[in-house]
Amino acid sequence: MSDTDTITLAHGAGGRQTAALIDNVFARHFRNPEFTSDDAAILPLGNTRAAFTTDGFIVSPWRFPGGNIGKLSICGTVNDLACMGAVPRYLSCAFQIEEGFAMEDLQAIAAAMAKTAAEAGVRIVAGDTKVAGRGQVDHIFITTTGIGEVLAGAEPSGSRARPGDAVIVTGDIGRHGCAILLAREDFGIEAEVTSDCAPLSGMVRQLFDAVADRKAIHTVRDATRGGVGTVLYEIARESRVGVRLKAAAIPVQPAVKGVCGMLGLEPLYLACEGRLVILAPQDIAPQLLTTLREDPRGRDAAIIGCITDDPVGSIIVETELGTQTLLPEPGGELLPRIC
Amino acid sequence: MNEMPTKTNEALQKARAIVTGYRGKPLRIMEVCGTHTHEIFRLGLRQLLPADLTLISGPGCPVCVTPVRFIDEALYLALQCHVTICTFGDLVRVPGTKQDLGAARAQGARVQIVYTPLDAVSYAREHPAEDVAFLAVGFETTTPAACLAVKRAEALGLTNFTLLTANKTMDAAYLAMSGSCDAYLYPGHVCAITGTKKLAALTSQGISGVVAGFTASELLTALAVIVEKSRQGQPFFVNGYPRVVTEAGSPAAQKLVQTYMEPCDAEWRGLGTMKASGLALRPAFARFDARKRYEIPDLDSQANPACRCGEILQGKCLPTECPLYGKLCTPEHPVGACMVSREGACSAYYQYAAL
Repeated sequence: MSDTDTITLAHGAGGRQTAALIDNVFARHFRNPEFTSDDAAILPLGNTRAAFTTDGFIVSPWRFPGGNIGKLSICGTVNDLACMGAVPRYLSCAFQIEEGFAMEDLQAIAAAMAKTAAEAGVRIVAGDTKVAGRGQVDHIFITTTGIGEVLAGAEPSGSRARPGDAVIVTGDIGRHGCAILLAREDFGIEAEVTSDCAPLSGMVRQLFDAVADRKAIHTVRDATRGGVGTVLYEIARESRVGVRLKAAAIPVQPAVKGVCGMLGLEPLYLACEGRLVILAPQDIAPQLLTTLREDPRGRDAAIIGCITDDPVGSIIVETELGTQTLLPEPGGELLPRIC
Repeated sequence: MNEMPTKTNEALQKARAIVTGYRGKPLRIMEVCGTHTHEIFRLGLRQLLPADLTLISGPGCPVCVTPVRFIDEALYLALQCHVTICTFGDLVRVPGTKQDLGAARAQGARVQIVYTPLDAVSYAREHPAEDVAFLAVGFETTTPAACLAVKRAEALGLTNFTLLTANKTMDAAYLAMSGSCDAYLYPGHVCAITGTKKLAALTSQGISGVVAGFTASELLTALAVIVEKSRQGQPFFVNGYPRVVTEAGSPAAQKLVQTYMEPCDAEWRGLGTMKASGLALRPAFARFDARKRYEIPDLDSQANPACRCGEILQGKCLPTECPLYGKLCTPEHPVGACMVSREGACSAYYQYAAL
């Protein structure tokens, strides 16, 4: 079973194999001037720039502590737009529903979508519904597509990280991945972990409004599939820089740390659905932290490291012992179907 | 959020000073627990060690010590007997003589990944038309769960569930490997089950070691104790993980294993067959024993001759000295078992490659 001959779960894990799949299949066939490796494409529309993106959600189980697939499907797309410095405006959504799915549950999902959309200031304006036979879809899959207006002067991109930038995370990491894992009850572990799933467009807007020059915010990424570690590896490659992290500065909830310890997982590779990685020069970092912490979703924001010029493409972690280790690159299927 | 309590910090600093300051007779310390191997790499602990202290990654990962023959037996069950194999995920990628279970699955064999042996029992109950075998690998920590699975299958009256056993006990390994090191970092989780009596008794055979926990402070403290005790020149045993490990261990888990299993000779990858180093189902439970039930023949199993997993497990060579390492053998396409599990020595070396 070779991963060049057939699709494996690793191709969907957001790591190296996903990148290779995009390069070898999609980029090869679709390449055009607007084709992007960022979270959303930036398109000229009249005098403004629009951010445009789409995202599919197949999370299992569809309901989990802290949200459901409906809330997640809004947060995912809204946050992808926000990461481009855009104010999300309109969303469409497509449902694939399995025959036999309870109407009451669909109501709950739609209600969560409406509530989250209102919170994010977007309108859901178009949709599509398909029903598949029993067993052809696992309960429900949702795809959302969104369009937003890019704030004047904002140009965040994974390729704009610069040596000397501070690496900021907007809160404790790994909670969504951990919550899903526990909700599956495969491991028989009991721990109280709630998904961090949240729309972050409001907080990002505040962030861009807090700086004199919006270009100074070099990179904003949401640390979804593959977690903070995967996002930083992507940025390191796209910007041709290195990353240095301080283990003791990385916020991780004790319960998440405990579960990771038991299962041998690295919190840096667990998905978040309400956390951003932000890169900006050290001199404005404190100001950004203050702004983030004013929002309840950014209360635990922290500087966890910095961007370096060497070694390019690598993440070095200063451990709690003061030694330096390379953060192993993610590979293979960590946890399938978390989003 | 990650501030260490001051007391722990003081202990850590003291242990660190003892370890980093060691000068004297060269000491080789072997860790025999996959989680220790992984944590030692994650913490970059080796960088702190002085020239006279060496850490060796021994046979601590259950996947790594599983012989090729066992994979071939599982393949035989899956392909010849059409048995559904339930297994921990890592084993799917361990190469047998001709192929791995993943390749067999692509050819139509039924291979299910489970997280616990009890999941395999549930699968057998839900699929009465299939014969189901669970690949029971592991040390003292996972064997009780395999016994519990048999107990559950028995209670449910299942006739389609068996174990293919490769369970191992560490005691024989301590004796067999004692020439490769001066002291062991005994595995905290295993000791929590077995207790410490037998380890303390090993000192009479000249075998020394300290039970270690898994935090930076616990690991450094265990190393510091080994350094200090070694200076005294006498074989020693210290329980350095008393918050979890007791002298008696877990009587409930021990009783469960004794009820269902008995010692047997077992083959360890690279180390050969060691007397009474494994566990097999007692004759009274033969109907749950896949080898007996499906009459698995003696298979002619062979590992890739270039693979040096065996020597690596004995601390006789470093992963980087194997001709396959990093070239033909990588975590994505492993040749040897030590490259499969995250806790395997080769995989850890590869993932935490030198800076």
